[in-house]
Amino acid sequence: MSILPQVIFLLVFAVAGYILFKRISFLRRNIFLGKRETRNDLPDQRWKTMLLVAFGQQKMFKKFTPAILHLMIYVAFVIINLEVLEFVIDGIFGTHRVFAPFLGSAYGVAMNIFEFLAIAVLVSCVAFLIRRNVMKVERFTKPELNGWPAMDANLILVIEIILMFAILTMNATDQILASRGVPHYTLLNGLFFSSFLQSIFQGMSDSTLVFIERFAWWFHIVGILAFAVYVTYSKHLHIFLAFPNTWYSNLKPKGEMKNMPEVTNEVNMMLGIATDTSAEPPAEIGRFGAKDINDLSWVNVMNAYSCTECGRCTAECPANITGKKLSPRKIMMDVRDRAEEVGKSMDSGGPGLADGKSLLGDYISKEEINACTSCNACVEACPINIDPLSIILQMRRYVSMEESAAPAQWNSMFQNMETAFSPWKFPPSDRFNWAEKVKNEEIKEN
Amino acid sequence: MAEMASTGETPEILFWVGCAGSFDERYKAVTQAFVKILNKVGVSFAVLGPEEACTGDPARRAGNEFLFQMQAVSNIQVMNAYEVKKVVTACPHCFNTIKNEYPALGGNYEVIHHSQFLQQLINEGKIVLQGGGEFKGKKITFHDSCYLGRANDVYEAPRDVIRALDVELVEMKRCKTKGLCCGAGGAQMFKEPEPGRKDINVERAEEALATGATTIAVGCPFCLTMMSDGVKNKEKENEVKVYDLAEMLAKDMGI
Repeated sequence: MSILPQVIFLLVFAVAGYILFKRISFLRRNIFLGKRETRNDLPDQRWKTMLLVAFGQQKMFKKFTPAILHLMIYVAFVIINLEVLEFVIDGIFGTHRVFAPFLGSAYGVAMNIFEFLAIAVLVSCVAFLIRRNVMKVERFTKPELNGWPAMDANLILVIEIILMFAILTMNATDQILASRGVPHYTLLNGLFFSSFLQSIFQGMSDSTLVFIERFAWWFHIVGILAFAVYVTYSKHLHIFLAFPNTWYSNLKPKGEMKNMPEVTNEVNMMLGIATDTSAEPPAEIGRFGAKDINDLSWVNVMNAYSCTECGRCTAECPANITGKKLSPRKIMMDVRDRAEEVGKSMDSGGPGLADGKSLLGDYISKEEINACTSCNACVEACPINIDPLSIILQMRRYVSMEESAAPAQWNSMFQNMETAFSPWKFPPSDRFNWAEKVKNEEIKEN
Repeated sequence: MAEMASTGETPEILFWVGCAGSFDERYKAVTQAFVKILNKVGVSFAVLGPEEACTGDPARRAGNEFLFQMQAVSNIQVMNAYEVKKVVTACPHCFNTIKNEYPALGGNYEVIHHSQFLQQLINEGKIVLQGGGEFKGKKITFHDSCYLGRANDVYEAPRDVIRALDVELVEMKRCKTKGLCCGAGGAQMFKEPEPGRKDINVERAEEALATGATTIAVGCPFCLTMMSDGVKNKEKENEVKVYDLAEMLAKDMGI
């Protein structure tokens, strides 16, 4: 038997592996364009969060129908990958269904489970296509999805449908060949779902069937490798990044804003309080707040690459619901797109971050960040614990402290607070005036 | 607080009144109601009075970290000087800031929202309710404040307080973790909203009115303002009232 297919297989596998390695290195570097931040505390709680939220899909189930459909694709993805392992071994060693002799009748059962999952994926993908393109579920019709993002979503659903058909076609033809006693093919004890496809192929000759079977096999495995590469260029990165993303979740109360210690030192000096850090040389103070991706934390950038643009954040955002420009999903997409732009520029010898553009201004407008009520609805809604609010608030810090360009009414509020220690302009001496009424009533009673 | 300190007294709690509690014409009634409850129950408490300053929450959320920390560090100096251990406040923004953000600046206190404190007093039998009073059997809906709910996971305490009044608690479609903001958080209280189709408080008031409740209960000064304005916008201010939890209890207790 010719070893050509094995050589071709190895070659395809190596090329895919190389492209993936390059792309993953690129993504890793882009994510670490963000500032260092250590989030390794409470490992028990972090593993638990990852297990529940990413592995267990806990937050997906806030919306039941899509959660079930998504679960089927997710389970199928994880389990069908076991079959891919067999594909790879068969591909390298020129074997066919290498696991079958070892597993005996369990192999047939496993194949039936895989076929069931393939059908489940088919149904789910069709349902998802309908939700996006026919029912036009509102969160899939927002302007930030126009163009590539909408295409990306549909493309992946169509690819999955085709891949599942390839599996079923392969099994159908494989079993016809096995039942005809063609050597190399193993008869399994009735594959339920693909048997429905068998009638299409019954009249064909052995050689045609072998061709179709081989074609489907190659199509499936090359398809999966191509899919793996495609995923890294697509919103579908969430299938991998959801895991680290949830592990590095913010475990503090959602209302807490990160302190800026570099400001604390200055404030203490202004108030004449001795600081224990005064002996140390002043740390290099960068920018206050965030103007570009390198001002954000690496966790923010990882969040952006993990986002699958489902739009649950935007659907819950009070600003977006009432027609303001802000969309938390767009914030995440903008961070990712800017990281991609900077990364590509750096790799092609371009100016990278110094290209004269920035996240704030060229991607995200002040009108958007000014519309946020910091209500945490987006953070709560995200199925994989992405935190758009953290990015918005860091950009507000930049606008307020570096540009002094906060909205005029906020500047007046700042002024009141500086002079009267209240956001409203009342004399501080009046703070206790409310007590007069209570005192008078008590005097009357007595 | 200064008076108590001068006589060597140590109050059980510091009641953090907040800026709205001190200056907002409508919301001062909430401060007064809460203080009357504390007096009636006999809780030993103090307020900082003119020594209290804004926690800095709106400055921080509007991006002015310097101003926030100036406020925070001054407040912490005052509270630490009085050796404050336990803080109770009716404002979820003050609650969140003192509880979660002051520790990083050297202010460590046990911080409780008034809904939690009132719930404790009811559970301990210190607040004896008269069976709901004017609220008895009425439909009441509770509007979750973001800084109490999602920000700090306090959802049940305010509801327990309302249930204690022997009323029919009805939930809005978006409640608890899915509660819709009143529109004031993140320093929005202090500026006009950005251009859009609708104001957030009107959207929320519509949802509250749709429950058929005659009272909208809140636990936050900004929510109180926003919901009242929203109800007025829908011209329902005569039929539907917006009250803070403390006001409802005080009314029931006849104080």
